Amino acid sequence: MLDRVAILWPEITLLMTVMLLMLTGTSKDKDLRRAGSWIAAMGLFIAFVLAVRMPEPDTLLPGLAGFVRPAACVVGLLLLLGLGSVDTRYEYEIDGGRQFDPLDTTQGEFLCFFLLSLAGLMLCTTASDLIWLFLALEMTSLPTYIMVASGRSKIVAQEAAVKYFFLGAAAAAIFLYGFAMLYGATGSLHLIDIRTALEAQAANGGIGALAILGLTLSVIGISFKIAAVPMHFYTADVYEGAATPVTAFLAFVPKAAGFVVLMLLLSTVLHLGEGGQAWPEAIRVLLWVLAALTMTVGNALAMWQNRIKRVLAYSSIAHSGYMLVGLVAAMETTGSAADSPTTNGFAAVLFYLVVYGLTNLGAFLVLACLQRRGEELETFDDLEGLWDRHGGYATIMALCALSLMGLPPLIGFFAKLFLFTSAIRAGEYTLVIIAGLNSAAAAWYYLRLAGVGWVKRPGTAAAEVERSPSGGRRFAAGISAVAAIALVVMTARLITAGDDAVRLRTSDLIDHHATLPDDTSTAARH
Amino acid sequence: MLLTLLLIPTLTALIIMLRPARQAALIALIGSMVALVWACFVWSAFDFGDSASIQLAASWTWIEPMGLSFSLGVDSVALMLVMLTALLIPLSVLGSWTAITERVREFFLWLIILEIAMLAVFMARDLLVFYLAFEFTLVPMFFLIAVYGSTNRARASIIFFLYTFTGSIITLVGLLYVAWLQWSHTGHWTFDIATLTATAASMSATQQAWVLLALCCGFAVKVPLFPVHTWLPLAHTEAPTAGSVILAAVLLKLGTYGLYRFAMPMCPVAFSQYAPLIATLCIIGIIYAALVCWVQRDVKRLIAYSSVSHLGFCVLGLAAINTAGVSGSVMYMINHGLSTGALFLCIGMVYERYHTRSMDELGGMARRMPIWTFFTVFFVMSSVGLPGLNGFVGEFLTIFGAFTSGQPLQGLPTTGPLGPWYAAFAGTGMILAAIYLLYFTGHLVFGKYHVPDASHGGVHEHAHHHRLPRDLSLREVLVLTPLAIFCVWLGVQPDAILSRIEAPVNQVVASVEFANSQPLAALVTEDGEGR
Repeated sequence: MLDRVAILWPEITLLMTVMLLMLTGTSKDKDLRRAGSWIAAMGLFIAFVLAVRMPEPDTLLPGLAGFVRPAACVVGLLLLLGLGSVDTRYEYEIDGGRQFDPLDTTQGEFLCFFLLSLAGLMLCTTASDLIWLFLALEMTSLPTYIMVASGRSKIVAQEAAVKYFFLGAAAAAIFLYGFAMLYGATGSLHLIDIRTALEAQAANGGIGALAILGLTLSVIGISFKIAAVPMHFYTADVYEGAATPVTAFLAFVPKAAGFVVLMLLLSTVLHLGEGGQAWPEAIRVLLWVLAALTMTVGNALAMWQNRIKRVLAYSSIAHSGYMLVGLVAAMETTGSAADSPTTNGFAAVLFYLVVYGLTNLGAFLVLACLQRRGEELETFDDLEGLWDRHGGYATIMALCALSLMGLPPLIGFFAKLFLFTSAIRAGEYTLVIIAGLNSAAAAWYYLRLAGVGWVKRPGTAAAEVERSPSGGRRFAAGISAVAAIALVVMTARLITAGDDAVRLRTSDLIDHHATLPDDTSTAARH
Repeated sequence: MLLTLLLIPTLTALIIMLRPARQAALIALIGSMVALVWACFVWSAFDFGDSASIQLAASWTWIEPMGLSFSLGVDSVALMLVMLTALLIPLSVLGSWTAITERVREFFLWLIILEIAMLAVFMARDLLVFYLAFEFTLVPMFFLIAVYGSTNRARASIIFFLYTFTGSIITLVGLLYVAWLQWSHTGHWTFDIATLTATAASMSATQQAWVLLALCCGFAVKVPLFPVHTWLPLAHTEAPTAGSVILAAVLLKLGTYGLYRFAMPMCPVAFSQYAPLIATLCIIGIIYAALVCWVQRDVKRLIAYSSVSHLGFCVLGLAAINTAGVSGSVMYMINHGLSTGALFLCIGMVYERYHTRSMDELGGMARRMPIWTFFTVFFVMSSVGLPGLNGFVGEFLTIFGAFTSGQPLQGLPTTGPLGPWYAAFAGTGMILAAIYLLYFTGHLVFGKYHVPDASHGGVHEHAHHHRLPRDLSLREVLVLTPLAIFCVWLGVQPDAILSRIEAPVNQVVASVEFANSQPLAALVTEDGEGR
């Protein structure tokens, strides 16, 4: 047990920071309360340093933690910046009787939930059994429900939180049911043992129906976290209802956790059996259909929206669809030594996650940086003439939107490129064509988002738009725009790191097939 | 050498960003002139004795695991198009000197960024670098149309972007498929164009057909070929003058260059198999667009449709798959860039004075603008294909190529897919071109003099309107004169280009004919996959 704890120092650091924040957040002293953001940032930074240095956990994908945890800390720091510093003007106004607005004031408890959710994401990566997986995934989600509700004083936020909570609970029930079936089918909660058991089943006439059903249910349940069709219904309302910095958080953290858990779960059947061909066809078909539907539905709905946050919400569904293509592609490719990093589906998904997380954040933060009489911007009309009035934001928005669109030479193009190469490698031509056409469809609304600030002259609606006073948000938005360009230089390193992160445990991969008969290895574990 | 050619405009763009807006045009002009001078250095450093091979090559590793490197290099065909680009940008800058009054700095910035992207397309030796630049041209062009275009600009720019973006994504899939095939043969990734071309040429006929289809999705839209040409008239009409010039002169050539550089050598069997289909589409495009031109009242739209018609000849020459046709096609790329670019400039000059493009409101300009009339009639003649001017050479060679395609030439057993009938139908396009262009000249230049009522056009009245002289200013003459000189020179001395591009063109034609002379069975076994 102790060796398990030894790899959790980053998460432990975050939890300790949370404790500290709970104390300072209740302090009478305003300055101490305001220091909360700095404390959280320190905690995240220490967690980052620790996460880089931690040894690999004993899981199916041992390298995953070493990639995702530092990345989560970096994006977390940007998100924290995006929450923004306290606007003292509003604090005085609230003292003077103005309605309380959580996001505009000191936010001790808010920061606690923020860090807890991030810790949940990081815990997912080290999960070695189903219980851990479930708890970590729920730990990611539960704080977000409260963040949605408390991040904004408007009634839509409460509505969004309730929707989010109930649908989330239902989804959790579905994948917990799936986990239970998986346990029933294999007799173990431990992912490595599950893999061994499934391998034995595959060798003796195919994987049993119960295990397949279990996996299917798990995948469908988790598709709530990644906002994949058919579990996407909450997305638009929740994203729109939540305060923009919270939406930026929702668009990345639970989604990343969902994909991490999906990868861990799928690696129980990945590259199974002789020559890696025993991957259950049913799961491949399921993922294929999910991917195609998610991309298409997400883009089709995004095109018709006029409210920016809804566009970004639906487009985030579409992005999940692209990443699912990577999971489908991973089937034939992961773990085989001859493969190059650029054809590894899982690595492509990790790369895409990082890129999507950074650039999507930029788009949301531009919205968060702008306001009209303290209210959030809503429609495309509000962005008209942005270039004339706030040129920097128009540039950031254009860079982020074009990168999300996948336009070369921005980093988003490379993210899509790796997904495409891995899928072509796996022979999924139809899916690649569907993904390609979807990228083209996405160009419609991303182009609108990128261009509206430049093309239109400022109208009356846009004239009242002003910068929000938070410098942190500006800074974070700037960083994501820079990342959209600068990461291109680091593409090779990132994709190689991603590839290393998703190598299956070598003992599972080669030794098993070569030397040990499947039954003995199962017996040995029990 | 070539990298410097990219760095000069990059530096120019940076300086434009840093300096005040009123200096933007001057900086852009100086920067693009320096780039042009440097391009002349490149020209002189190029060894035309060995024009088929890639010269002045330079390469930097970029994304190692992907085998992606930033490689530059030109053969003589690419060099011609580099020169065309380098020549047209300073002229466009000079041509937009007074036309742009708002957001001046951004305008010239986008123009220079566009230059970088276009130069990179022609100089790329790495497939992905080519594709990156090819796609990236969309962004500056989008903003040029969307921000500086006329009334319908928002729609035009979005249609332009989406149309070409969609097509080129499919092209990307095709190119990636070829790269993956190469990877599955050798086990390591590379995007070197020469290597991939060799790999692709050994594919089975079915694979080639699919790859050709994928490539055509992007390139045919860009050209544009007949059924997918609908974005072009809108984009051309709405774009600002400089945008139309660049679009017609260089961006459309990205499509024909793509077909020449990738589609032909990569899918030789499929290309010659489907060449009759492609040629038929070209001929439909030639005749259909010419007929549409005939009834246009909007002069800019007329020239735009004439581009569709003219580019049909260009692709027809490629589809002929013989030396005459293909070198005629390359020649046509350059000629069309010069004369159509110049026509757009001429129309832009009138538009700047009267703010209308309608032939109903304009006419008889010869009485008021003799110098302008001289240039316009001159470029119309060049565009019609008057012997002695440049347009004739390309048109003659492409039609000649189509006519003799299928005839054994130079003792080679040829599989040229076209024949006299294709040439006959394409020839009617020439006649129609003469009709609509002379009709255009008759209305706009000669005929009864009328211009829009000055009081009527009050809303369009720009402050700078009065600063323009009635006829062309010295600046405007300076813009048109170099183009006119080149038109005459290439018309009288086409060999200056033809002899220089002969070797690479022959190489492409020979590679297609070689692939077709192989029995198909051998190809299949070579490929290892078969059907």
